[in-house]
Amino acid sequence: MADSYNYSNKAYRRNLMIHSTIRFIVCVLLTIICLLPIYIIVINSTRTTAEIIENGFSFLPGTGLVENFKMLGDGTKNKGFFVEAFNVLEGYRNSLIIAGCSTVLTVFFSAMTAYGLTVYDFKLKKFATAFILAVMMVPMQVVSTGFLQFMAKLNLLNNYLPLILPAIAAPSVVFFMLQYMRSSFPLDIVEAARIDGCGEFRTFMQISLPIFKPAFAVQAIFAFVASWNNYYTPSMIIVNGKREMKTMPMMVQALLNNNLITEFGVRYLAILLSILPVVVIYLALSKFIVKGVALGAVKG
Amino acid sequence: MQAATDRRHRMISYAKYGYIFIAPFFIAYIFFMLYPLINTFILSFMENRTENPTVFVGLQNYQHILFGDASRNAQQKAFMSSMGNTLILWAGNFVIQIVLSLLLAVWFSDVRIKIKGTGFFKIVMYLPNIITAASVAGIFLMIFGKTDQSVVNSLLLKWGVILKGGNIDFTTDPVYSRVIVMFIQSWMWFGNTMLLLLSGIFGIDPSIYEAADIDGSSGANTFFRITMPILKPIFIYVFITSMIGGLQMFDIPYMFHHGETVSPYLKTVAVYIYQAFRKDHNYGYSSAASILLFILTAILGALIYRFNTDSSAPVKKKKAKGGKV
Repeated sequence: MADSYNYSNKAYRRNLMIHSTIRFIVCVLLTIICLLPIYIIVINSTRTTAEIIENGFSFLPGTGLVENFKMLGDGTKNKGFFVEAFNVLEGYRNSLIIAGCSTVLTVFFSAMTAYGLTVYDFKLKKFATAFILAVMMVPMQVVSTGFLQFMAKLNLLNNYLPLILPAIAAPSVVFFMLQYMRSSFPLDIVEAARIDGCGEFRTFMQISLPIFKPAFAVQAIFAFVASWNNYYTPSMIIVNGKREMKTMPMMVQALLNNNLITEFGVRYLAILLSILPVVVIYLALSKFIVKGVALGAVKG
Repeated sequence: MQAATDRRHRMISYAKYGYIFIAPFFIAYIFFMLYPLINTFILSFMENRTENPTVFVGLQNYQHILFGDASRNAQQKAFMSSMGNTLILWAGNFVIQIVLSLLLAVWFSDVRIKIKGTGFFKIVMYLPNIITAASVAGIFLMIFGKTDQSVVNSLLLKWGVILKGGNIDFTTDPVYSRVIVMFIQSWMWFGNTMLLLLSGIFGIDPSIYEAADIDGSSGANTFFRITMPILKPIFIYVFITSMIGGLQMFDIPYMFHHGETVSPYLKTVAVYIYQAFRKDHNYGYSSAASILLFILTAILGALIYRFNTDSSAPVKKKKAKGGKV
């Protein structure tokens, strides 16, 4: 009958040990696969172009990190092609403006929408909730032609507004917050606040928002990372080709498709710098993030 | 009676706040998503090859991209091959991804056989998912570049697998380029899928596993007879959302090439749409293709809804808590 009880205790334990070791080794191999490409970028960004030409792959860092850093802003190297395509500070600035504003708008207005749908009773409540659920998976690609033409008509091309303002309406974040509020928001607090003469908006801002804070932090991180990583929409809207308006992913793309940039070390460094902020955020908050992934995130 | 009037009174007095609180969302949504969607729909029935069309042409754009016509078979070929590419790239990436993440999810949730450092492994395996896709394309482009300095070709040269001058161009070869893009997509997404499946497995009552263990069920038996059936709804959810995501696959296939032109073997539907409006300024074709993509997405979304309303009560309860549609 029971297999595990037919084993002697020792054999059973040994069996578990062997299994556990095999699984551990597979996980270590996967860890290497996950980290190796990033490791290669880190190592090669510390090597000079000469070192890379001599040997495309190395486990040990080289001597070119300082030189590569200097080359980031040096217009004389590569006939200026590199500086034309990539400027790390401008990239950080632009991406930070867009991702930062988008995150604030997404979190605040999603909380407000979910709060409105949780706390109040009104005629269109059911319809509004169903609508948000239904449109959660409509991808940007589907509306892009109409979006682009509309923005062009409004003269909003080469402007950050069409990249920031749509963040007000984030159906999947609203959906997450709706579930969170329904499960763990005490409606009595609203009632109590009313009795004490607290206005509806003040109740939301000063009493409810602080309660939601921890749950929203995770959503804020995801919103920020998604916006920072977005290439599709910015490349549709920022079409004047001016480097000082481009976001970080757009600069990376400009760098990749330019075959004339032959200084390899600085290419690697540029890519490393483009991923550095999100990787730092991730490593600092990885525990929250890993826990938050399965909570209402709708992604491909 | 008194109470009922009271409640109605309260509802009436606060209902307006409900509308005020949800108004910004709906205004922004209508302005930035719904109207553009309607606009796309309208554009798909207008003349093509222009940005501000005025002539209504009916279903002509759809006809051109789906069936072609005597003079314009190129469009139909381009669209159909982009559908084919999307399907190939998605299917390849999904198989690798789901096998890996299912295996890992089962391992990480196993109460009998514990793996040391599970927390660390989860963090590392999710890491590729948060890195900018453009930069990921860049990383792999430099690893699989055509030149002597790129990582793989330089190693192959050193080991004598290829001769000098015989470098493999991984970005233009139909097999290599697709396999690499499939690998990149799996590399980026298996951690995410694993965490989703893991949350589904943790929702299963552990006493079921204890009972199975006492009854002498083997690991494989437990997996196929207990884990899989209970996991079915979340599995379907992962499958369909991955398919919806696959239909939008853009960044990696669009950027995995040297120079200016996208490899024809990597041109997905999203790339087709993007190039139609951005490069060719052909709003007719891009919007017709978008609407077809929208219909496909809607069908897939409806399937999730259907499967989820069918599923058994305890699982439904769990899913509602887990935060998925």
